[in-house]
Amino acid sequence: MRVWLQHHRLSLAQTASRLARSPFATALNVLAIGVALALPLGVYSLLTNLEVLSRKVSVDPQLTVFLARDATKADSSAVEGRLRTARGVRSLRFISRDAALAELGRSGGMSEVIASLPQNPLPDAFVVTLSTSDPALADRLELEFKALPKVAYVQADSAWVRRLDALIRLGRTAVVLLAGLLGTALVAVTFNTIRLHILTQRDEIELCRLIGATHAYIRRPFFYLGSLLGLLGGFAALGIVAAGLALLNRDVGMLAQLYGSDFRLGMPGPGEMAAVLGSAAGMGWLGAYLSVSRHLLGGARK
Amino acid sequence: MAIISLHQVSKRYPGGFEALKTVSFSVESGEMLFLTGHSGAGKTTLLKLIAAIERANGGTVLVNGQNISSMRSAAIPYLRRSLGLVFQGQKLLYDRSVFDNVMLPLIVTGQPYREAARRARAALDKVGLLTREKANPVTLSGGEQQRLCVARAVVNRPAILLADEPTASLDAAYADEIMEMFNAFNQVGVTVLVATHDQQLIGKYRKRVLRLDHGRLQ
Repeated sequence: MRVWLQHHRLSLAQTASRLARSPFATALNVLAIGVALALPLGVYSLLTNLEVLSRKVSVDPQLTVFLARDATKADSSAVEGRLRTARGVRSLRFISRDAALAELGRSGGMSEVIASLPQNPLPDAFVVTLSTSDPALADRLELEFKALPKVAYVQADSAWVRRLDALIRLGRTAVVLLAGLLGTALVAVTFNTIRLHILTQRDEIELCRLIGATHAYIRRPFFYLGSLLGLLGGFAALGIVAAGLALLNRDVGMLAQLYGSDFRLGMPGPGEMAAVLGSAAGMGWLGAYLSVSRHLLGGARK
Repeated sequence: MAIISLHQVSKRYPGGFEALKTVSFSVESGEMLFLTGHSGAGKTTLLKLIAAIERANGGTVLVNGQNISSMRSAAIPYLRRSLGLVFQGQKLLYDRSVFDNVMLPLIVTGQPYREAARRARAALDKVGLLTREKANPVTLSGGEQQRLCVARAVVNRPAILLADEPTASLDAAYADEIMEMFNAFNQVGVTVLVATHDQQLIGKYRKRVLRLDHGRLQ
């Protein structure tokens, strides 16, 4: 056990010093991995932020139910009764056609147009606030209300939020694809780096075999090298994303201020960061494993 | 008791060259002997078979009671730890000091650092390089480099020392020096097998001589 620990400690120290001996090459490698990881991570962060934003906006999902123009007061109260008892409805507000016209008149520039109308073109309407922002509920109620007598049209105000939702979902799929592709690139980069290290250490490897080094002993430093490269690349990716978000936040802050909001783009959470670092190290290890299997085991007898 | 024994061993390299043809002999534990023959007679191949660097095409090679021909490759490192190898063209590592070169076999086999350092210094002392422990091997003379190879080969206290033309590139004085070292290791019980074509050197010691001619033992 102690021997095993000593071997690991020595391997790690050896690996670190090997990386430190060629700082420029190491930095470029780490940067390549960092950029490859930063792309999906950055897009992922933006999507997560968008999702947060869309959830903030759609806290009060509403349906507007427009009645037919020829609806009587009795029709209107019948509809109101049905709306009130429908499941999933939190509150209800009636806007009479006269009130709606007056509102329209107040909103500037329209008063002359309205005055010239022979009659009020607007229908009575109910603004229905739903209890949850579940898009399925909104869909169901929209259909249900449409079927009520004397209801002309139901408008779902949350339609654009749903579209955004669908877009975000699409984006997530794209991120998974991107991560898969660039993860493969990471494996390829470490594969090649490890191959070069194996080639430059041919003599030492050959010698170690002759003096009784086990396969595990010979392979170990390369596994450390791969994982370490992946891990450093992961840190580089986090750094790149943090810098990118900070840059974007200057503009986002200004934009949000115009909307009276203090919205800022946030970094991925600690769990997600740990996942990024972990999988980067894992992929580095995989690249090393493939490279070592390909380039070292060929001479097993030696 | 035979520590090395070959029975009807032959080795054919890819391409058809037959390096060894039905070679049989055995070496007693604690013996020192020479292996000689013209260049290309199969001396190096024979040593490589014993060290499990090459695999025989026929016959059995027993070292320390283990059959090398049928050995799993995972077991080979442990066999090699009982061997000290001084091979031609065996490289010293020039990215580290003389001391670290000798430390390598001990680190590979997982010796505790302090004990390993003590043994490495003892081995360097034995070959007269203790004062050069911090030097880079590249600054050593040819004879000193060869002595460093010897120190590295014996630092793990192997039961068997295999040397392939250990004096080839050395002048007579250095060659004698190296040979005397091998003799001294043999005195303390190490089995020593030296392959050399230097008849003069062989003549100085009254040891058994195996003579190879075109892959056959004479």
